Amino acid sequence: MIAYIIRRLLYAIPILIGVNLLTFALFFVVNTPDDMARMQLGIKRVTPEAIQKWKAERGYDRPLIYNAAAEGVGKMTHTIFFEKSVKLFVLDFGRADDGRDIGHEIRSRMGPSLAIAVPVFLLGLFVTVTFALLLAFFRATYLDFWGVVACVAMMSISSLFYIIGGQYLVSKVWHLVPISGYAGGLDAARFLILPVMISVVAGIGSSARWYRTIFLEEIGKDYVRTARAKGLSELAVLFRHVLKNAMIPILTGVVVVIPLLFMGSLLVESFFGIPGLGSYTIDAINAQDFAVVRSMVFIGSLLYIIGLLLTDLSYTLVDPRVRLQ
Amino acid sequence: MPIILWTDALVFVLIACALATARYVSRREYLLSSWRRVGESRAGMAALTVLTMFVMIGLLDSLHYRPRLEAVAGKLANATNAANGYSTEVRSALDMLLMPLKSATEKTYSAPLATHLYARETVELPDGTQARVFPRLRHGGVHLKEPAQDWTRDVAARILLGLVFAVLAGLTFAGIAVRVAAQHWHVPWWTARQRICRGETRFAWNAVLVTLAALLLIAGPVVALAGGYHVFGTDKVGQDVLYLTLKSIRTGLVIGTITTLAMLPFAVALGIVAGYIGGWVDDVIQYVYTTLNSIPSVLLIAAAVLMMQVVIDTHPDWFATAAQRADARLLALCLILGVTSWTGLCRLLRAETLKLRELEYVQAAQAFGASSVRIMGRHILPNVMHIVLIAVVIDFSGLVLAEAVLSYIGIGVDPSTISFGTMINTARLELAREPVVWWSLVAAFVFMFVLVLAANLFSDAVRDAFDPRLAGRQVAPATQGQAA
Repeated sequence: MIAYIIRRLLYAIPILIGVNLLTFALFFVVNTPDDMARMQLGIKRVTPEAIQKWKAERGYDRPLIYNAAAEGVGKMTHTIFFEKSVKLFVLDFGRADDGRDIGHEIRSRMGPSLAIAVPVFLLGLFVTVTFALLLAFFRATYLDFWGVVACVAMMSISSLFYIIGGQYLVSKVWHLVPISGYAGGLDAARFLILPVMISVVAGIGSSARWYRTIFLEEIGKDYVRTARAKGLSELAVLFRHVLKNAMIPILTGVVVVIPLLFMGSLLVESFFGIPGLGSYTIDAINAQDFAVVRSMVFIGSLLYIIGLLLTDLSYTLVDPRVRLQ
Repeated sequence: MPIILWTDALVFVLIACALATARYVSRREYLLSSWRRVGESRAGMAALTVLTMFVMIGLLDSLHYRPRLEAVAGKLANATNAANGYSTEVRSALDMLLMPLKSATEKTYSAPLATHLYARETVELPDGTQARVFPRLRHGGVHLKEPAQDWTRDVAARILLGLVFAVLAGLTFAGIAVRVAAQHWHVPWWTARQRICRGETRFAWNAVLVTLAALLLIAGPVVALAGGYHVFGTDKVGQDVLYLTLKSIRTGLVIGTITTLAMLPFAVALGIVAGYIGGWVDDVIQYVYTTLNSIPSVLLIAAAVLMMQVVIDTHPDWFATAAQRADARLLALCLILGVTSWTGLCRLLRAETLKLRELEYVQAAQAFGASSVRIMGRHILPNVMHIVLIAVVIDFSGLVLAEAVLSYIGIGVDPSTISFGTMINTARLELAREPVVWWSLVAAFVFMFVLVLAANLFSDAVRDAFDPRLAGRQVAPATQGQAA
């Protein structure tokens, strides 16, 4: 088990290197720092001095990969590649365009992101699994049919509609909760309840339909017939046998996103003004702050790889037949 | 002067591919039988009817040209540069049809079917005093002398006229369908009508006709009203919202289809090669898609779009017109979405090829000495096509929805491109106004919902018909006592 984890962690290194090289190519080779400077300073009427100053302030005035002017190790380290890309591996993200430390921003914004993402995740999982089990229980009846129709309709609605509609109805017309904003401590609940509800509702359609197919696939199997034959009630069959076995395919899709909860949700956070990592990313995209976007790309892939590892480990917990070696 | 934008060219390539596929399928009974199962699905065929309508609007909107400038053309008849005689504005065939809507701009917001502007303006009355009133619209309901009295009667008359036309058109179409069916089955027309009405046909004719009837009953009054009013109102700069929603359809369709077209060759080729050849080739391909897949797609798209924006902005000389620049951005967005979305299909195809590789017919081909390329092309590719097809139709609706979200984040289409995303993005702040401006938001959401719902229903029908795992599977109902 330990050996397996270590080997998986070693596998992750080339992938992270690949992500790093890809982002480096995307941010510095496709466009030179000169292009970026010109873009930031305005295309027209930009002097070469202004470009030099912009680059020097952000440390983009070095050679890309190989610095012939420097001494010894400096040939490799006094470069954009080392300063901006290699340092990501030790989680040194550098500074954003407004001069703030990105690492510090990320640490302080993780809290609000988690405060919204964790309830959405848990509540969403509970609601969708319950709903899908209900549909499976009433399978091949009108209730099941209209439930599936509702699922298809719900997954055809844009997530923007849920957010805009919910915000309008609950906050503006009914005045139940504030439209947007955030506060620390227990006060946060007032601001979080609406975004959490909206995210859960927006996610029901596609997941519930998918879980329903998984449940129905399990229900057709022999052990379910055996369980019924020995006289168990349908509810006991569903909860004790079908649910447990259906957890394996469900886990594949669910566990992998757990680490990504740290990243928050782009849309919901920016609509509700929650100072998490999602709104941080959107602000960076709108301000064309490449340093922040680059850091988020790296963190995102790091968390995704951790998620994959967790998925494999969770298999051994729920399915004793799976042995990792 | 006709103009072929990049996305137009790809749309035509796509249509050519679709026609070639249809020809290929129509000659092979075993492929045709799966498509017949799609044709039997009522929901699927109703959805296909709606989709066809959308596609037709999108195609009309893909025939672009630059109008000749009449006055200038005369003056510049002997000028050296012939291109000077054409406007820099790129129009489409749809624009030409909708010219009354496109040119009928108001000053600012007006409600659906309104005769007056939605904002007060200071006007000078004939007696010299000034007053704050809602002025009359320049185009909406100008034919009414006394809007307060005539409005209801006029709108009702137009709706009635539209409905009458819709019923006539519907009956004509149904008549043709029954005639054709009767000739095809060699039965009298009343028998054919009976069969279609009762749903006794293999192809779900009744679903198609009912959907068409519903579409006509909606479209008839809308067209009749659009002649004199802004049916969905106008937006902030006074553009007709109906025109904007119709123009948005092409953007949605282009993103949903071109993206798939762009990624398909890579996903199919790499997936099959990785699965069939294995070894270090497999390792490299797996490494590439795991790496791409491990970057959250929104962030990868954001990074790529930001970079592309810098490229486009630093090279303004590449594009002759604003439309061409917006089109380049749309195409680039499709390609980027393609790069981020091919990994899932590639992995599925690799897994399926691994299975197929061990089957007898592949081993027989190997024993005959067929080359790897031939085996992959002739024996494996046709047997994974159902996976490709299912992936394509399932991806479509997701991509249409993604466009709106990406445009909201600011990494979607060019702000000058009319799309559901840009419409929603400009309209979302209007809900905060007092009184509320709801129509452009609602129009965009409703059209998008219909398009995506139709795509979802159609993809369900395709999946049910082509997925061998689902074939013949029946879900047994729980017994009545337990269910209650």
